[in-house]
This record gives sequence, C-alpha cells and structure tokens, in this order.
Amino acid sequence: MASTLTIDAAGMIYKLPDGGEVEALKDVSFQLQSGEMLTVLGPSGCGKTTLLNLIAGFLMPTSGKAMFGGGDISGPGPERAKLEKLITGPSPERGMVFQQGALFEWMTVAENIGFGPSMKGVPRGEIAGIVNRYLDTVGLQGFGEKAIYELSGGMQQRVALARCLANEPELILMDEPLGALDALTREKMQSLILKIWDETKKTIILITHSVEEALLLGERLFVMAPRPGRIHKEYNLPFAKRGLIEDLREIKTGDKFVETREEILSMIWEMEEEIMGRQEAA
Amino acid sequence: MDTNSTVTATASPKSLGVALLLTLLLGPIGLLYATVMGGVVLLVADLIALFVFLAAAPVGILLFVAVQIAAVIWAIKALTSQNAELLGQLPPGVATALAKLGLVTVGESERKAVTFGDPEAATGGLLWSIVSVVLIFALWSLAVRLELASPIFMPPPTEVLGQFITVATDGFRGFTLWEHLGISLYRLLVGFFFGCLLGIPIGFAMGLSKIMRGFFDPIVEFMRPIPPLALIPLSIIWLGIGNASKIFLLFLAALWIMVLAARSGVQSIRISKIHAAYTLGASKQQLLLKVVLPNALPEIFTGMRVAMGVCWGTLVAAELVGAEAGIGFMITVAGKYLETGLVFVGIIIIGIVGAAIDVAMRKAEARMIPWKGKA
Ligand SMILES: Nc1ncnc2c1ncn2[C@@H]1O[C@H](COP(=O)(O)OP(=O)(O)O)[C@@H](O)[C@H]1O
Ligand SMILES: [Mg+2]
Repeated sequence: MASTLTIDAAGMIYKLPDGGEVEALKDVSFQLQSGEMLTVLGPSGCGKTTLLNLIAGFLMPTSGKAMFGGGDISGPGPERAKLEKLITGPSPERGMVFQQGALFEWMTVAENIGFGPSMKGVPRGEIAGIVNRYLDTVGLQGFGEKAIYELSGGMQQRVALARCLANEPELILMDEPLGALDALTREKMQSLILKIWDETKKTIILITHSVEEALLLGERLFVMAPRPGRIHKEYNLPFAKRGLIEDLREIKTGDKFVETREEILSMIWEMEEEIMGRQEAA
Repeated sequence: MDTNSTVTATASPKSLGVALLLTLLLGPIGLLYATVMGGVVLLVADLIALFVFLAAAPVGILLFVAVQIAAVIWAIKALTSQNAELLGQLPPGVATALAKLGLVTVGESERKAVTFGDPEAATGGLLWSIVSVVLIFALWSLAVRLELASPIFMPPPTEVLGQFITVATDGFRGFTLWEHLGISLYRLLVGFFFGCLLGIPIGFAMGLSKIMRGFFDPIVEFMRPIPPLALIPLSIIWLGIGNASKIFLLFLAALWIMVLAARSGVQSIRISKIHAAYTLGASKQQLLLKVVLPNALPEIFTGMRVAMGVCWGTLVAAELVGAEAGIGFMITVAGKYLETGLVFVGIIIIGIVGAAIDVAMRKAEARMIPWKGKA
C-alpha cells in the first residue's frame, strides 16, 4: 500500500507578541497509508488543531517536514479537505454577529456543496448531479434549496461533510467535527462517518475530545500530550472495522473496548492533573 | 383540579355580540355590561370631552369619537381576556386585525404566564401608536383653540394643512414643494452614491492589505470624528451654495462611514471560511467575489443605513446655511418671514421622508440579506 501522508520530525513553535514562545508541536513523526482512519485524542492545547493545519497546508512547520503523495505540502490543496469544528451561537470575536463555522450562509445547501466543482469550472448540469449524489450520501435528499440557517447543527455538519466530499479529496481532516452535537445526533454522525469511510475509501484524520468516539472510529489512535505537543502513545484498534457490520452500542460495552477506554481516560486524566499543577505552581 | 378548568369556571357567560352592540349604541354606558370599571373610567373621559367641547367644539367631537372607539376596544378586551374562546365568535380576520393592533394576543404567546420583562410582550402595540398620534393632534388643536400661544408660535393644524396645499400646488420661491423635495433627494442620492462608490472599495482594500490599511488609517481616523456640519463653510467656500457643495458634503459624510463599514465587514470573516474556500479550489479573485464580498454585505448594509441617516440630517442643515432651493432652504426662508405654518410643513416632511428612507432600507436589507442575524 502506498504511503500517502508522511510527517517527518515536524515541530511548530508559535512566537508570541510579548516575545515568548509556545512549542505547540515537537518532533512529531508518523505515516498514514491511503484509506486509513486515524483518530487523535489529547487534552486541549496539546497541538491537535496545529497538526491538522500543518497537514491542510494552512500553516508551515517551523522544523521538519510534511509530505503528501510524494510532494511537500506548501499550501492548501483540493486533495486535502478540512472539516471544521461546528460553531453555533455568537462568535467570540464579534459580539453580535452570528456565524456558521465554515459554511457560506449566503448560499443554499446545494450551492455550498457545489462550491468546489463550480470553482473548477465544472458545467452546471454536472454540478447538479454531483450535489444530488452527495446530498444522498449524507442523508439530506430534498434539502438542496434550503438556506443554511434553516438547518439544525447536525444537518449543517452533514452539509459541510458533503461539501468536502463533493470536491473529491483524498484525505479528509476533521477537527472535532461532532463536538457541538447532542448525544443522539452524534451517534448517527459517527455511523455516517464510518459508512462514508467504507464506501469512499478516503484517508481520514479525526480529532475528538471523546475517548469513545476515538476508539470507535479509529483504526489507529494517537494520544497526544501537551507542552510540548507530541504523540504520547499509539494504538491499533479493531473497532472501526467491526463498527461497519456490528452495532456501535454493542461494541462500546465489549470488554476490550471498556478496558482500553479506561486506560486512555486515566492517561489523559493524569496529563490534565499535571497541567493544573503547573498552572498553580506558576 | 387543573388550572385550565379554573379558568373556564370563572369565565364570563356574557356574549361578545351583546357587549359590542350595547357599547356601540350607548358608549361608556353600554360598556358597563362588559366591564364596570371600564364603563366608569370612560364616562369620566366623556365628561372631560364635554368640557373640551365647550371650549373648542371640533376637538371635543374628536375626543367623543376617541372615547367611543376606546369603549368598543375595551369591551372586546375585557371579555376576551376573561375567556379567550370568545375570540372565536368574532368574524374571521377581525381577531387577526385586533392582534395586529396589540389588543389581544393570539398564537403561542396567548398562554404565556410570564409577560412583564418578556421582550415579545412589548411588541406590536399599533393601537397605542394611533392613540399617540391622535393625542398629539388633539393637544395641538386644543392649545391653539385655548389661545395658549399666538399663531406665530403655534399655527393651528388647519393652517399647516392649508400651507401644505399652497406650496404643493403654487410653490414657494420659484419651486413647488415637490421640486424642493426632489432637489434635496437628488443631492442626497448622488452624494450617498458616490460615498458608497468610493468608500466600499477603500474599505475592502483596507481590510485586505496591510499597505492600504496603513496608508488610509490616518486619513480615515482624522476625518471620521469631524462632524460633516463643520465642513459646511469649507464646502461653500470651495464650491458655492449650489448642488455641487451639497453633494460634496454628503459624499464626505457617507464616505468615512462606508469605509469603516466595509472594512469591518471584510474583517469580520471567520478564518475557517477563507480556509474552506481555498481548500475547495477558489482563486483569490473567486474568494473575493464569492466569499469575502457576500460575507461583508450585512455590515455594508448597516453602514448604508447609518450613512443615509447622517446624510439626510447633514443635507437639511447644509440647506439651512446656504442654498437656493431644497427642503432645508424652504424652512429657513419661511422662518425668516415668520411663516410658521410653512416651517411646520417642512419639518413634518423632513421627518416623514427620513423615516421612509430608513423603512425602505430595512425592507431592502431583509430581502437582500436574509441570513443576517441568523445562526
Ligand atoms: N496562532 C497562535 N499563536 C500562538 N499560540 C498558539 C496559536 N495557535 C495555537 N497556539 C498555542 O499552541 C498550543 C496548541 O494549540 P492547538 O493546536 O489549538 O491545540 P488543540 O487543538 O489541541 O487544543 C496551545 O497552547 C495554543 O495556545
Ligand atoms: Mg483544537
């Protein structure tokens, strides 16, 4: 199997305006094969978003290298799509203005999904076909003409997913995509992501705060540690493959699943304790 | 026993039809059937109207009519608030009209137990807007009738209406009222248009480029706090008292507002939208047209509303100071010759036009930017 993504000793140091520095990533190395599903866990501030932004090409590492499909990553590209965190409610930067995360609220659902193809100059007729296909994939048949603000959070995230897929990327980067959803919607979306992974054979990296979600969806799982951000432990897991045929609820109650979950939970618990301790000391 | 049955148990068995008939025929006395308190209060009101009638007959009649209307409304209100089902006895459409006036609440808020402090409970009081307008005219007429002030200070409404008809048909200083208004609106629109035409691109440039931001910052920061009125003398020195000086002034008034609105519109974007657009293959030009511009539209529109308001005020003031025509010119000249009625006509028209412009802009905004303020 060809290796698609190679991260080689990547480091990222943010320079702060006051002259200080934050080492968000240190010496991160891994490879991802085409079609693999990787999930990433870790306490907040351990560099997960930074890692995804490096791979998406929004940031350049301060040391080391990020390569995709044999070439260096030097900027955003259609072969690597990022599904952003869903943000609802007032945006923190601007008091009054309500904004969706990354969807374009001045466009309909169909126009959002067709954005990628239309930027490439795909003819209208064909775009309509693509849009319908992906509306179908994410279970939003008949919602094409709706406005974004008419949809619930879960539906908006489906639209964002469909928009990613419609652009035919090889690698999809998801930054806490289900964080803002209620438990039930979240479970449905987890199945949907597994289904899409299986049907489209995309390579997926998914960041999450939920240990369960990381275990259910990841063939591989990284637990990251903060200050400096690094990969603390890697797991190879059978649950994602099983989730394609078995019921997710049953998998969650299995012995191996519970055992791994508890192990990771106490690992992250310890890290958080340590962070708190350091903050108190400072 | 639940609360619902309590409500029905105390509900009045009175008929809405009977109450309306009695009230229509007998006024406050008929109202006594529906509500004793309402009947007594409005009887007192009728008594006051009688005194007013003796002082100034037309005003008194107006008050009698107002009391009669109030009695009918009170009857409906009194009975339906005891028993909401009575609303169903009204012909279709009447209940909706009453709700619009703010007399009854229909729909889900009908059952709200907490109303004081709920912003929704303080909307849609159209009736009270009508009351306030009627009251102002009544007090105005009464003041004139009682000769509280000489007509030079306070002409009667009839004279203002007469003046309105005269200037509308015969004109004033060579132009009819409509021509004065037309000239003012022309200046307003041209000045505003050029303010937007230049201001929006400058705002975009400032929002997108460090060089442009740095370059325009001192100019904008210096010009913005200067009230446009302070520039009137300069505009007259440079361009005289004709159209050019007014348009220039309004152009400047709109310009800085639009620059800032466009700049903050551009900068209000979430970086994730920009990232998404690039990832989906947009070029810089496509990003600008399909993402940055539409994202900035809500703030640009807010800026346009503010700019319109400021321009209208500035224009009238500029025409007061030096002009040969225009609505502001009309009221200054009228003021000099103590034609107070005409001054009133001018003021009322300025108010109405200003409000109409704002309503029109809000309507346009709701149509063009339906996503504004929605999450
Ligand atoms: N643009 C930035 N400038 C300075 N520091 C940053 C910036 N972005 C992130 N950081 C810091 O880098 C660390 C990692 O951030 P991030 O990648 O967002 O973590 P995570 O997504 O795991 O919560 C944090 O300590 C954060 O404060
Ligand atoms: Mg993050």
